[in-house]
Amino acid sequence: MIKLTINRKTYETDVDPNTPLLWVLRDTIGLVGTKYGCGVAQCGACVVHLNGEAVRSCVTKLSRVAEQQVTTIEGLSENNDHPLQKAWMELDVSQCGYCQAGQIMSAAVLLRENANPTDEDIDNALEGNICRCGTYLRIQKAIHLAAEIQRKS
Amino acid sequence: MMKVDPTNFVTLNSGFMKKYRSTNKLADMTNQQTPISRRSFLKSSALAGGGLMISFTFLSAFKFPGKPNNPDLPEQWNELTGYIKITTDNRIKIYNPNPEFGQNVMTTLPMIIAEELDANWQQVEVEMGRHDSTKLGPQFTGGSNSTRMYWKPLREAGAAARLMLLEAAAQTWGVPVEELTTKAGMLYHEKSGKSGTYGEFATKAAALTIPKAVKLKDVKDFTVVRHSKKNVEASKIVSGKPLFGLDYKQEGMLIAMIEHPPAFGMKLKSFDASQTLKMPGIKDVFTLKLYEDGFEQGGFDTRTFNDLLVVVGKTTWEVMNARKKLLLQWEPVNETKDKINKREVIVPAGLESSDEQYKKMQARSKEPATVLRKDGDPETAFKNAAQIVERTYNAPFLAHNCMEPMNFFAHVTDEKALLVGPLQAPGWIEPTLSKILNLPADKIDIQMTRMGGGFGLRAYGHYLVEAALISKKLKAPVKLMYTREDDMTYGIYRPMYTATYRAALDANKNLIAFHVKGGGIPEHAIHANRFPAGAIDNYLAEGWQLPSNITIGAFRAPRSNFNAAAEQSFLDELAEAMDKDPIDFRLELLKRAKENPVGKNNEYNADRYAGILNLVKEKSGWNDPENKKYSRGVAAYFCHNSYAAHVVDIVMKEGRPYVERVFSAIDCGIVVNPDAATNMVEGAVVDGIGNAFYGKLSHKDGAAEQNNFSRYRMIRHSEAPASIEVHFVQNDIDPTGLGEPPFPPVFGAVANALYRSTNKRYYDQPFLNELTQQNYQLNKDSKDKKAF
Repeated sequence: MIKLTINRKTYETDVDPNTPLLWVLRDTIGLVGTKYGCGVAQCGACVVHLNGEAVRSCVTKLSRVAEQQVTTIEGLSENNDHPLQKAWMELDVSQCGYCQAGQIMSAAVLLRENANPTDEDIDNALEGNICRCGTYLRIQKAIHLAAEIQRKS
Repeated sequence: MMKVDPTNFVTLNSGFMKKYRSTNKLADMTNQQTPISRRSFLKSSALAGGGLMISFTFLSAFKFPGKPNNPDLPEQWNELTGYIKITTDNRIKIYNPNPEFGQNVMTTLPMIIAEELDANWQQVEVEMGRHDSTKLGPQFTGGSNSTRMYWKPLREAGAAARLMLLEAAAQTWGVPVEELTTKAGMLYHEKSGKSGTYGEFATKAAALTIPKAVKLKDVKDFTVVRHSKKNVEASKIVSGKPLFGLDYKQEGMLIAMIEHPPAFGMKLKSFDASQTLKMPGIKDVFTLKLYEDGFEQGGFDTRTFNDLLVVVGKTTWEVMNARKKLLLQWEPVNETKDKINKREVIVPAGLESSDEQYKKMQARSKEPATVLRKDGDPETAFKNAAQIVERTYNAPFLAHNCMEPMNFFAHVTDEKALLVGPLQAPGWIEPTLSKILNLPADKIDIQMTRMGGGFGLRAYGHYLVEAALISKKLKAPVKLMYTREDDMTYGIYRPMYTATYRAALDANKNLIAFHVKGGGIPEHAIHANRFPAGAIDNYLAEGWQLPSNITIGAFRAPRSNFNAAAEQSFLDELAEAMDKDPIDFRLELLKRAKENPVGKNNEYNADRYAGILNLVKEKSGWNDPENKKYSRGVAAYFCHNSYAAHVVDIVMKEGRPYVERVFSAIDCGIVVNPDAATNMVEGAVVDGIGNAFYGKLSHKDGAAEQNNFSRYRMIRHSEAPASIEVHFVQNDIDPTGLGEPPFPPVFGAVANALYRSTNKRYYDQPFLNELTQQNYQLNKDSKDKKAF
């Protein structure tokens, strides 16, 4: 039995400890906001927070997250009101939308550590997140807007 | 279900074009009463519990056979398939008919209805319609057609509903209908001071007959259309709600994956699954045939591999893991004769490699080809030329790389089939499913989820057919899933293309003849009647093709995505040879095409073409000395009924060329949802830069050399331009499509800017080939730390 906390809720599971966290989230627990894109830590669609740090859940084994805190896009805010979520909606960032949970989760760590990120900071923090629709410019603007929302609140 | 020949994309598409070209040319005639178009058929009915529902049959000329309501579903649910539902408590629900893959039709199409209905947009709820072409029309996402083909029918549906509500209120209040007005979902009778909501009159309206003619709004009076509205699914996207095919699940659902051959030209010889079957969670391993021998394929029934080795288990990871334990033997495939679209298509045997394919194309391009168009006497003009400019352009296969890999849910029983997932064209796959499952179309329920990208790939439903066959065999609900590697190595790529352009100049550097000879594997990309055809007296276009067993399919702006790269690069080089400014040179040709066109069959409108060039020239400050610090490239193209031009500004960044700024000018007629349209153009620009710089899917002995993003280089955050300025030509032309047109000219503009940056012409895609050879190494841990 492995015990872990996801979005402040504790789960116990007996799935193979080698199973990537991504599939535990999606198949076992039913939290499908975290996406599968490549399975090899190249696209960032599966980014979640492990004890507050961004990790690629497709290559993070369940055993590594035992007894630890995981946050997924579903747990980023109570009411869809994280500054990033607000900014994403305000600037209508998404096209297909598939990669955006991963983009937001990567951006959330950046924003926590760096209240006023530059374009270059954003490029560095999100370089591992592919958007096939090409919404990179809006993502960048949305992170700046979120930083502004965060500063004001 | 459409009873068009769904298999012939070209015919169907050009059929659409013919039908719509006439309406596109119409300025706005909406001040008059317009009869409901004959192809359209509106139907109203009462909602259970009161209220109005307007449903709609579109393109009845295509004779959609009637699809009876699915008896397994409650009547109430069937009623939901209409376009518009107004309840007595004044809720307005609009159903988006067309599959959503990021082009924002979930918002844009309902906006069109809301406009003519004169609804309050804030009050409108939007839901995805079900697949039911008898009510919801073609339901096809592709060819930049969504808005274009639904524009008029949706306006009519909205206007008809409004008229019926007006009539119902007039009857209730006992006043002439002409004295009533509507505004934002309310009905008013000014004289008596009476007013009411749409909901109050919905039940009465439902009993009225559908009007034979409606008065559409003057475009000047639009309050919803042409005003940016936010994506109606944005909050679900940013909170991780289950929206996509891969997110869909049902109780007891199994996971299936297919082990396909490691190379094109191979098939399964034998397998040993004994170790796989011992792995936890594994239910079954078996083989299936996608199509039985002699199956007549439609044009979208792509078959890359026919013998399917299927692994089924309880969870995704268990299946992924167990696949590694399969012991597999493969053998070469013989040449096969497929029946596609009633034509016999020979699929050659052999294990192909990209290097050899290029050599074959080079050799073939020296042989005679089919003449596609000839004006004047190009042979003599070339003989008499003082100077001939000749250049050859090449492009590789491209993988679509939708972020959501192919997948579909299927639950097939002896009586019926339920299929749920991401798909661009449910109506095109339904007849195939019907044949393969031996079920009538009305027993096949295809439900469309939001797609994590499509780019043409999801117009091909092989993965849906595979899912259905697997479910049928297992007698269980199943989700078929492709891994990224399965997805990238499966085929249906953008074809390989080549084209040789030649221009003849006289002693005064006047352009006297133009020749393009294009080919590809397995098709050429030449659009013989597009610009610069019509602008040059002596013109020759030729095409040839070579067969292959590597499968291909539509990829964002099929064929145009190569043409615009090659032709627009060539025109740039030609302008240089003629000592002309590249924009002025194009404008001169367009002036000629307008004033004294050569030939009759020219596809483009010279005025609209010149319009985008003039706009991009102005907005980019083309002649502004301030901009000399940039290496600038320009390109313009017409495709999918719209016009797009870009000016690309390159600077060197860390020793690499970087597109810092882009100016875009677009003429797609009326822009329904401006901010969303701008987003789509921005995306097309980024997509174009990425594919021009890095896009490449190559083969060695039949095996794809790229199978994941570690080898397939995608454009990333730091490589996206710092700014993309998008400008739309303001006119009242009915919308002409936007998903594809801005994409192709990006390649040409990038090539031309690269030339000014590096003093080297770029003829072969991808332009930064050397970079694609390197694995894009992302040491995530160090990267993450560095950033924070």
